[in-house]
Amino acid sequence: MSVGHALLGLLADGQRHGYDLKQQYELRFPAAKPLAAAQIYATLERLLRDGLVVAGVTERVGGPDRTLFAVTDFGRAELDRWLAEVELPSEYVANLLAMKVTLALLVADQDVAADFLRRQRVAHLARMREYTGVKTDPSTDVLRVVAADYAINHIDADVRWIETTLQRISRLTKEIHP
Amino acid sequence: MTVTTGDREVLTARSLVKSYGNSPALRGVSLSAGRGDVLAITGPSGSGKSTLLLCLAGILRPDAGEIRFAGRRIDTESESVRSALRRREFGVLFQFGQLVPEMTAAENVALPLLLSGVRRREAATAARVWLDRFGVADLADQRPPQMSGGQAQRVAVARALVTEPEVLFADEPTGALDTLAGEQVLGQLTRVARESGTTVLLVTHDAQVAAYADREIVIRDGVVDGVVDSAGTAVGQHRPHS
Repeated sequence: MSVGHALLGLLADGQRHGYDLKQQYELRFPAAKPLAAAQIYATLERLLRDGLVVAGVTERVGGPDRTLFAVTDFGRAELDRWLAEVELPSEYVANLLAMKVTLALLVADQDVAADFLRRQRVAHLARMREYTGVKTDPSTDVLRVVAADYAINHIDADVRWIETTLQRISRLTKEIHP
Repeated sequence: MTVTTGDREVLTARSLVKSYGNSPALRGVSLSAGRGDVLAITGPSGSGKSTLLLCLAGILRPDAGEIRFAGRRIDTESESVRSALRRREFGVLFQFGQLVPEMTAAENVALPLLLSGVRRREAATAARVWLDRFGVADLADQRPPQMSGGQAQRVAVARALVTEPEVLFADEPTGALDTLAGEQVLGQLTRVARESGTTVLLVTHDAQVAAYADREIVIRDGVVDGVVDSAGTAVGQHRPHS
């Protein structure tokens, strides 16, 4: 996730100061890790340097001075370009779970690898159940449902991989220990 | 491995064995379900999970082992006794709702009540209440061919629950639906079952469906391969992998 592009997007409907951006970020991306204030100001500095935003007036409303930032035409064009850009699917070939299975087979045996996969599946399902609970709670807003959908489907992909690998474990063992 | 719920036991199975000719489908499955539990039975294709469901619902008779409902042994009962049990105490739901296409939604939902001897007027009233609980009251006078898959399945769930069964057996109930329709059916089914204290046994190969359950029993090669409770804790031992 490009923090710079996220901030450009949040500035697209009008000027905001750094603290306001932090709050908007947490509201709009509830599943994302919250940004530290320092990260927001460092990113704004970079956007300013690159001509993607401009600094406007400085406000003081019962607290420290706060500079308002606005997106430039150049920044808006960069945001539109980024939004239209297809993201490359992540490279999962060397993922940690697959590495652990291979290493378990190299240093231990099939039962250790299968046991790891089963316990990993339990952990994945527990997390999936948590997100399903979020989704089925009538008080959950659609923004959080959509975030939960994303998480559930990614966890599900891992669960399917775990299932398939459990079914291939004998063949995999024979390949590693011919 | 025996899977127990402790108290509140409604349905228990002990050492179930079932073969089709020379092919073993169940090789000693034991489990128990408590009142109001939503239990997922998962496993790959051919693992024996659907056979297990059919045995527990009294549709198939196991070759060995025993099944008890509310403490009473049912696998040795005659077909007519088991059939009566299915009408009065069990609800059954399959991937395709198996609604009667010539009947309206309200008539379909009223049917199990009429078969149990409930008067026509009372059955019709109850059918409308149950259609309303699943958000399909406006379809009461429509016939299945006029409905979407999701709508028809919600009517089928209402029909499966209208007799207020002790146990609902559901085999891949959302397997033929798209994601959003499936989500709606599962959300409503599990909510209504929990409210009414109905025990649900949900057979699925889909982890996303199993995530609606309180507990998951994994069946592999005809035996219980693991149990996961709602806290994500694996209960019992996995058998060594062969």
